[in-house]
Amino acid sequence: MILSNAGFLSLSLGLISSFAVFLCTVLNIKKNLLNLEKKIYKFLTLQFFFVVIGFFILLYTFIISDFSNETVYNNSHSTKPLFYKVTGLWGNHEGSLLLWLLVLTSFILFFFFSSKDEPKNFRLYTVIFHQIIVIGFFIFVLKTSNPFDIIFPVPPEGLGLNPILQDPALAIHPPILYVGYVGTSIIFASALSAMVTGYVNNLWAKNLKKWVLISWTFLTGGILLGSIWAYYELGWGGFWFWDPVENISLIPWLSLTALLHCISTLEKRDLFKNWSIILSIVTFMFSVTGTFLVRSGILNSVHTFANDPSRGIYILIFLFVLIFISFVIFLVFENKNLENKKEIFFLSKETSVLINNWFMIYFLSVVLIGTVYPIFLDVITSEKISVGPPFYNKLLIPFLVPFFLFMSVGPSMSWIKTNLKFKANYIYYFLLTSFATIITIYFLTQKDFLLIILIFSLVFLSIKTLTNFFKNNTNHAQNLSHLGFAMLMLSILFNSVSSTEIIKNIKVGESFISKNEKITFEEIKTNEKKNYSSIIGTFEVKNKNNKIIKLYPEIRVYNQPVIATSEAAIKTTLFKDRFITINLIKDEQLFNVRYQNKPFMIWIWISTLIIIFGGTFAIFSKKKNYL
Amino acid sequence: MGVLLRFLVKKKITYSFLILVFFVFCFLVFNKALIKDKIYSPEFKNEKTTYLTDFSLPELYSSNYIKLSEIIENKDFSIINIWASWCVPCREENDLLKSLSSLSSLQIIGINYKDRKKNSIKFLNDYGNPFKYNLVDKDGTESINLGAYGVPETFLVNKNRKILIKIIGPINDNVVKQIEEIVNG
Repeated sequence: MILSNAGFLSLSLGLISSFAVFLCTVLNIKKNLLNLEKKIYKFLTLQFFFVVIGFFILLYTFIISDFSNETVYNNSHSTKPLFYKVTGLWGNHEGSLLLWLLVLTSFILFFFFSSKDEPKNFRLYTVIFHQIIVIGFFIFVLKTSNPFDIIFPVPPEGLGLNPILQDPALAIHPPILYVGYVGTSIIFASALSAMVTGYVNNLWAKNLKKWVLISWTFLTGGILLGSIWAYYELGWGGFWFWDPVENISLIPWLSLTALLHCISTLEKRDLFKNWSIILSIVTFMFSVTGTFLVRSGILNSVHTFANDPSRGIYILIFLFVLIFISFVIFLVFENKNLENKKEIFFLSKETSVLINNWFMIYFLSVVLIGTVYPIFLDVITSEKISVGPPFYNKLLIPFLVPFFLFMSVGPSMSWIKTNLKFKANYIYYFLLTSFATIITIYFLTQKDFLLIILIFSLVFLSIKTLTNFFKNNTNHAQNLSHLGFAMLMLSILFNSVSSTEIIKNIKVGESFISKNEKITFEEIKTNEKKNYSSIIGTFEVKNKNNKIIKLYPEIRVYNQPVIATSEAAIKTTLFKDRFITINLIKDEQLFNVRYQNKPFMIWIWISTLIIIFGGTFAIFSKKKNYL
Repeated sequence: MGVLLRFLVKKKITYSFLILVFFVFCFLVFNKALIKDKIYSPEFKNEKTTYLTDFSLPELYSSNYIKLSEIIENKDFSIINIWASWCVPCREENDLLKSLSSLSSLQIIGINYKDRKKNSIKFLNDYGNPFKYNLVDKDGTESINLGAYGVPETFLVNKNRKILIKIIGPINDNVVKQIEEIVNG
């Protein structure tokens, strides 16, 4: 109880330091006092320090299972393993906001520390704009979602963490995702500040790129972890469902990807100034919109912790205040950063970046409309619709073909002007691609025109990207990420086209054929455990080359109360996942067997890791021309 | 302030005004969506949406296919509750559903949405089972056919599958009272 009070006190002191930072910065700009800068340092550190204290107090109450704290009571249990006691901290609304605040305050401190070479006013304005966000979130935490609420009398036991959230991938998913989201707040503040101080130039772009890369890499990682969790834990048999909550993490990712490409043009060529600013602002706005949609309960999903309209209204007002501020600043200071009237040649890197941005904005609009349209429709006409995968597939997939083709030639363009020499190489690429496509199509059962051109463009993209590795003066970070993206798209394509499922009712000793494999139900064993007895089936999967894989799906019959559950057996290999479940059929000797083949499942994870690796490489790379 | 005034005189005012109007519109829509009553009474709607569509789905424990209309006919009133073990609000609403399951002229039918069998059974063991039947909607298609928007979602229907109430999101004490009033006449 004392701990919770101390935590609340610490957060309140943090808020006071936030105001102090804000005041100092404003004074510093007005009076230009030198010693105030040191004070800003002090208060920024203090603000971070108080949040850290609050965070560790909450962590400690989770570890010692102090159920006088309401957050702990609602989300923990004394018998939970230590790992899930710790991760339970951010498995709920209040705790996750505290984590958000922690990342937010550490980032601004890090920014102020690492930006010493940049103009003073730019730094100060960035701190001011960022403090608006920090203060907004501080008040949000303290007013509507205090993680240190106390219950009296103290309950003897907690309610426990939702079993579905007890998963290693999900445990680290929020922190990783938050670093990505919160990184965009620095981009946002820095963009507004650069606007006000007239610092939108290549120097600004060069420094900002680091932040864009950090956010982008972590956001990609966060999305990956979420997908892995959905595949293994939810058991929906897939990894992406166009669920609104997944979409709102994809929207900032798309605008961040656009910004990543755009900012390098600003750096190298001093072009696309206003556009870079707009993208920087919009990216953060989408992050906050995401928070709003998820936390307000407008969308019901895995991530809806509790429905409390007052929280939703608070974030909504906060979001629109931010939009309004940035809008006014943009209009007022637009003329301060005049766009260079440079001519853009058709065949140049500038054009390819522009094309990339058009595609990103198109993809973003589709996902955004699919996500918020049902809300608008519901409010205006009271009609309820669900926007599902068919909508996204129809609108996105056809546009992927030109996107892949542009993506394969874009990186080979040079700045200013590319001299188009028709090289014999291109004929080889074309022949090689056609050959590879024909072979691939031969192995696929489903053949339609769109699929063929999709595979063609993807194979072309992969080959072109691979050859880029061997060029002189090439950007390996970019090559890696592009290669990872091509592989990701290929794996998703093959996975969705050639997943198979067979459901059979068979007896022990019988077998069935699935494609080239013979699945034999060899035997059945029983096993007695303390709270359940289980029936373990032994299945032998034999392919054409007589290679044998054994799978052991299980049926558990719990004794108190008597119910049967089915445990799937998943065997992951390099080329496919095999997935088998068995079920009892009443009063018969038969078992219901469900056997699934999911090709290239593991490659979806691997290729995303390659994308992330490319981003990490770029962050740590010393060579200047790496994007 | 001076900068702002100078700017206002310029021509930009019309298009910036339009953009502002758009933002205000967005704000109002989101605000309305937030405070909107999530109880939906379809009396003013056309015939099509007032009746529940019919379908067959396997039962959770036995895996036998059950036709929805056949079990609805058995009781005067039925509650169709779409739930999943991964849905935290479902956990909260479970107690309210249990309290409703004591009403004699009412049965509660669960539709287990995009869930793993193991997890859903664990959920029912941990939090209690208010459902008379539990139909498994593995890929969520039948829930979409019902017009469901997400989990949890609850329908109150009569013998003829006429929708009396539809609640999006978890039910609360007010909804429980409302349902009890209808069921008890």
